[in-house]
Amino acid sequence: MLELKNINFSAGNKHILKDINYTLESGKFIAITGPNGSGKSTLAKVIMGIEKPDSGVILFNGKDITNMSIDDRARTGISFGFQQPVTFKGITVHNLLNLSAKKELSSDEACDLLANVGLCANAYLDREVNSSLSGGELKRIEIASVLLRQSPLTIFDEPEAGIDLWSFNNLIQVFNSMREELSGSIVVISHQERILSIADEIVLISDGQIERVISRGEPMDNIIDLHSCRKI
Amino acid sequence: MEKAELSKMESKLLMAIADIPGITPGAFSLRKNGKPVYVNTTPNINIIKKEDKPGIDIYIRADTKDEEVHIPVVITESGISDTVYNDFYVGKNADVVINAGCGIHNDGCTDTHHNGIHRFFLDEGAKVKYVEKHYGEGSGDGKRVLDPVTEVTLGKNATLEMYTTQIKGVDSTVRNTEAKLDDNSTLLVSEKIMTHGVQHAETNFSVNLDGKGSSCQVTSRSVATESSTQKFVSEIYGNNECFGHVECDAIIKENGKVVSTPAIVANCLDANLIHEAAIGKIAGAQITKLMTLGLTEKEAEDAIINGFLQ
Repeated sequence: MLELKNINFSAGNKHILKDINYTLESGKFIAITGPNGSGKSTLAKVIMGIEKPDSGVILFNGKDITNMSIDDRARTGISFGFQQPVTFKGITVHNLLNLSAKKELSSDEACDLLANVGLCANAYLDREVNSSLSGGELKRIEIASVLLRQSPLTIFDEPEAGIDLWSFNNLIQVFNSMREELSGSIVVISHQERILSIADEIVLISDGQIERVISRGEPMDNIIDLHSCRKI
Repeated sequence: MEKAELSKMESKLLMAIADIPGITPGAFSLRKNGKPVYVNTTPNINIIKKEDKPGIDIYIRADTKDEEVHIPVVITESGISDTVYNDFYVGKNADVVINAGCGIHNDGCTDTHHNGIHRFFLDEGAKVKYVEKHYGEGSGDGKRVLDPVTEVTLGKNATLEMYTTQIKGVDSTVRNTEAKLDDNSTLLVSEKIMTHGVQHAETNFSVNLDGKGSSCQVTSRSVATESSTQKFVSEIYGNNECFGHVECDAIIKENGKVVSTPAIVANCLDANLIHEAAIGKIAGAQITKLMTLGLTEKEAEDAIINGFLQ
């Protein structure tokens, strides 16, 4: 479904992604993990087109999307959940869901989408997507806006970042449901063992390179050591 | 009751400013090309033509509930210069909606002016929602100019919610609003302005929070595109134990320019006054987010601006 061939990306003098090669199979739940600053989020942004690689090729279902714009990639079938959900003045939760759905959702439809991510919907539909919402609320609205697109490939960049423990436990439930009802492929950038544990495959990135790919069931001890900033 | 015939163009203007295609039942005053052409009153709402100058006095009985007043103005003749004085007297504990607005269609080469001078006098406990839209269109070189003046006097426990919108087609506007608030009265103002081309929009708010427990919230959201200019001036005077909050947000595009001049003046130790102002272009992250949902960059910009002004 997704092929990354010799992807390189630099920012200033820093070589962030170093010759990344990876093939994502259809219908898989993939976790990408690694230390802070290893290039995980950059890789996710390169796949979505938010960042342009210096070299390399990205194929999506056999089609070269390397130079495709963000919106063209979205329409081709890729969705992206931001680590820091973007806030808007004036755009309500219902508006955002409508924009994502590309149609006017009824209140019941919008409520169902929010309920799927653990939000008591009626209280949220008319609220603006702004900083009056908590980090956990914004994150769940972000996830709802992404999931409703039902894209063949959905990427989440550190969904656990910036949310409290209570929200995190709910978030894990959301990802568990996603895992069970998986229709397309999901790529989650995460540090969290509970998210890694439900992945079909864990891609370990270190210093801009894919260090290991671990299949479901293989021991994750080394990865956890890496998260703890200890040497493997 | 007088009859009023509306042309297709006039109906379109009426729809743009009041979301109605024509005359509706209830209290109604229609002014067309500088002249009053239709008036309807109800047992609770009387509309009387002024004798000394153009305009009307609107009297709303005490305890009137669930009634609306429409006082639209449409101008389709080029070169009209019309100043109208409308005074609203709202009785004790009345709770009504007043819909105003002015639509100008100018295909000519001379300027069209409309200045609505509105004064509101709300008795104790009265509550008014005032909705006003300004809209301009037409292919001529003549400018469409609207310079409204609003004076508000709120009695004890009275509330005025004022929603003003100018989204399209007004070449120049200077809006002056002054308010005096008695004990426990509340003024809520929500202003939305979008300017294009070389249009200029200016709004000046001066609010005196005289009464104990009085409060005001002024929210201005504006978008200045192309080479248009805007100026926002707010002066909130806290003269008693009171609360005042002014929030001015502006988006600028291309060569649009916005000046925001806040002034909050605490003349009392117990005055609590806040001013927030932000001017800037659309955040790149907002556009990126909407593009990840499949919107083009232009669609994303439009959605952000529509949301901002909605």
